[in-house]
Amino acid sequence: MQRRVIFDNKALPYLLLAPQVAVTLIFFIWPAAQALWQSVHLQDAFGLRSQFVGLENFEAVLSDPNYLETVKTTIVFSVSVTVLSLGSALGLAVLADSKIRAAAAYKTLLIWPYALAPAVAAVLWMFIFNPDIGILGRALNSLGYAWDYRLNDGQAMTMVILAASWKQVSYNFIFFLAGLQAIPRSVLEAASIDGAGAVRRFWTITFPLLSPTTFFLLVVDVVYAFFETFGTIHALTHGGPGKATETLIFRVYQDGVVNHDLGGSSAQSVILMVIVIALTAIQFRFVERKVHYS
Amino acid sequence: MLTRRTLAVSTAAFALAAGFTGAAHAQQKTVIEFWHGLPQPLGGQLEQVVKGFNDSQDKVQVNPTFKGSYPETMQAAIAAFRAGNAPHVVQMFEVGTATMLSAGPAIKPVHQLMSETGSGFDAAAYIPAVRGYYSSRDGKMMALPFNSSTTITFYNKDAFQKAGLDPNKPPATWPEVVDAARKLKAAGVTCPMTFSWPTWTQFEQVGALHDKPFASEANGFGGLNATLKINDPFFVKHLQTLIDLQKEGALRYGGRDNAADSLFPSGECAMIQASSGLRGRIVKEAKFNWGAAPLPYWPDAISSPKNSIIGGAAFWVMTSPKRTADEYKAVAAFFSHLARPEVDAKWHMDTGYVPVTLQGFELAKKEGFYDKNPGAEVPAEQLTRTATTENTMGLRLGNLPEIRNIIQEEMEKAFQGQQTAQQALDNAVKRGDTVLRNFERANKN
Repeated sequence: MQRRVIFDNKALPYLLLAPQVAVTLIFFIWPAAQALWQSVHLQDAFGLRSQFVGLENFEAVLSDPNYLETVKTTIVFSVSVTVLSLGSALGLAVLADSKIRAAAAYKTLLIWPYALAPAVAAVLWMFIFNPDIGILGRALNSLGYAWDYRLNDGQAMTMVILAASWKQVSYNFIFFLAGLQAIPRSVLEAASIDGAGAVRRFWTITFPLLSPTTFFLLVVDVVYAFFETFGTIHALTHGGPGKATETLIFRVYQDGVVNHDLGGSSAQSVILMVIVIALTAIQFRFVERKVHYS
Repeated sequence: MLTRRTLAVSTAAFALAAGFTGAAHAQQKTVIEFWHGLPQPLGGQLEQVVKGFNDSQDKVQVNPTFKGSYPETMQAAIAAFRAGNAPHVVQMFEVGTATMLSAGPAIKPVHQLMSETGSGFDAAAYIPAVRGYYSSRDGKMMALPFNSSTTITFYNKDAFQKAGLDPNKPPATWPEVVDAARKLKAAGVTCPMTFSWPTWTQFEQVGALHDKPFASEANGFGGLNATLKINDPFFVKHLQTLIDLQKEGALRYGGRDNAADSLFPSGECAMIQASSGLRGRIVKEAKFNWGAAPLPYWPDAISSPKNSIIGGAAFWVMTSPKRTADEYKAVAAFFSHLARPEVDAKWHMDTGYVPVTLQGFELAKKEGFYDKNPGAEVPAEQLTRTATTENTMGLRLGNLPEIRNIIQEEMEKAFQGQQTAQQALDNAVKRGDTVLRNFERANKN
């Protein structure tokens, strides 16, 4: 049986939809259309002269070896952030879900980092890792380990991955915890009675039943790693040393805002948009098949 | 009837409000929007200068607004211009000069503003290295110089003493710097030397001091078709020296832009090549004896070094479809006030920026500022010590902020040993030239 709401007035449904449509048009469609327009034009910073250049901006971007390096960096960064934040959030959620004293306090503390703005979080990390003023940075150096993320690609990358993942763990944690609490106790108890240990119960019951949550978080985390880690990278490394921590979104900002290359920056935005659409489509097409929606 | 009463009431209310604010003059003030990019405490000092102007007359009210860092202020001004709503005056950092000049109708050159409004303005009152940076190819002032700085060396006298170096004789040449850095290291100083603004201090200034071009076409003054010249053997050798020092632990790369600034006042690094504007912070924070010295030079490249070039920012007049002649007149009055030697000298003495006018420099001398603050005269003396050549006027390159970043990136790769000094500078030239060609393409005719 299908329930349907019938509107007698023909205009009313459109009127009710209008605010949402307006928001979508003004804040999503219009900027996206602008980006598309910019991406095929060459313009000076002040917008005084602009000429149609077809796909030249795309050609310039895609033939730039540095851009391809940035693509690689982004892949390493995004995969690491996604795996690390998903994995540690799942582990923490399982621990917090078990019967322990002061579970509520742990849960609250684990959710806290989510309330921090990325730039603030990055500054906190800087106070830890900066080789001159950071607590850990100084300690490492005084122990004889040459820690200086300003001049070490690997250290810089490790640091931004840690900072970006840490920020996302809270979000993942909430969802995993909710997912865990939705798993019927009776199933787990039945497995216990049949003699399944904690590890076995986790992999054969909990993990498969969590898969809708995991899948949802996978999509969200990839989008997060691609788009929302800008503040972290900007505050910590500025994409350096060299271009070691420059991700695609950071470069869009750098080229558009700092370098006033609107055409090139817009072309990169369009490419980025295509990448994320493709990634999400792939995830829905292939990963979702393995998901149990109960 | 009703309307007349309303009018009477509102007139009374207006008069009352005017009475309260103290602006009891019948004449309405011309309001000028002024956007700047100086954070505290400098921003507050700048707003004091503006207040000084507002209080000095009753026709113009200048409203200063902090818009974030220099690049953010630039971005805000560009976006406002595109929306037809540009501020009257915007403070723009020196590397944005070429971008502003190519903005054509978006800006009103200062020389034009001053002559159109009949305000007296003497470009020759400005220090040549300052004037040159903001002048068109035919020598006309395009922006009003205000807060200019230059690079100098600050050194820790206590650390020098500890290393057996003469604290009153800072190293004058690069070989002496190398020697001092090694001695400091041997004496147990963890960071003998560092530098902030890597591209500005190690390439732009080093080029000017040795009369070597940073770019062709007279550092870009000659036209948009300039190409970078920094892969010249002279610059390669200079970068190699820095890399060698860094490898042996006698130099620390402190990060991009001004990230290294904090390393000196904290006592971490014994020598720093940084903006003369750092002085204020050192005075406030340093808990050791320190001195200021001119930048070192390579004696095998030049027998006596040329003037250094400036950094800092200038004030640009922006256009908008809504501008009136009165508003331009008001801007001109504001600029005439800023150009006064007393205002210039006070700003210099309060902040550590260099005096931009020759008379301002004289005034500071006359007031005994340099006797009370030894070393404070170093930046201005270094800026004025020789006549400017085409290599020491400054840089006029499109998208210079991007080029600065490229050079920083390539330096960082070289410092990590991923490439040689030659490779780093070849890459920087190649990538920088692409930027210059794109700028040329976007700004032709």
